[in-house]
Amino acid sequence: MIRILFFAGLAETLGRREVDLDYPGQVDVAGVWDRVVGAPRPDRLRCARNQVHCDFGAAVQDGDEVAFFPPVTGG
Amino acid sequence: MTRVELCTAPFDPYADLRRFQRSRGLDRGACGATAVFVGSMRDFNEGESVAELFLEHYPGMTERCLEEIVAGTLADTGAEDARVVHRVGPILPGEDIVLVAAFSSHRAEAFAACRAIIEALKRDAPFWKREKGPAGERWVSCNTGDK
Repeated sequence: MIRILFFAGLAETLGRREVDLDYPGQVDVAGVWDRVVGAPRPDRLRCARNQVHCDFGAAVQDGDEVAFFPPVTGG
Repeated sequence: MTRVELCTAPFDPYADLRRFQRSRGLDRGACGATAVFVGSMRDFNEGESVAELFLEHYPGMTERCLEEIVAGTLADTGAEDARVVHRVGPILPGEDIVLVAAFSSHRAEAFAACRAIIEALKRDAPFWKREKGPAGERWVSCNTGDK
């Protein structure tokens, strides 16, 4: 199982904040997005694997947490 | 006190700074320099008035990211210690959003560490601002370069 999280305006646009995906075998972060959202990735979309920033090509393992979110605006 | 803290209610950054100095033994003479940045909520942004702000964050990743930023910056600059406090949840104009303080024996390392931490926080820490104004609510789309 992969746990997928969405934040901020992206979560509102998609209408969901969290979804689980059965581990499909060899997959990267971009592949996770394609499986659960199925639409082109928004410009400037960012992602994290297991709570660390990563690239869309990062490999995802069974049990991982993957997050998608817009550019950050803290501080 | 730990170096990084998120808080859901208004806080006094200057009182926090004193408590942190005492709790970490930074007030006993080793640190001659303290550099401080306090970011507060404006009542305007991009030409529009803002009545309220909501700060969303990624629980777990936010704290971890801030701790890594602080540890990396201390290693890079040679500063002794640092404190980061950041609000989450609803915030009103005039309230303080973020405190960054860096402690060092001399000013150069303290200024460098304080600047590096706030810049890295704005670039990488998973926080998102949603503003409430006369035209309704909107997500802030990006952080301004080096303003």
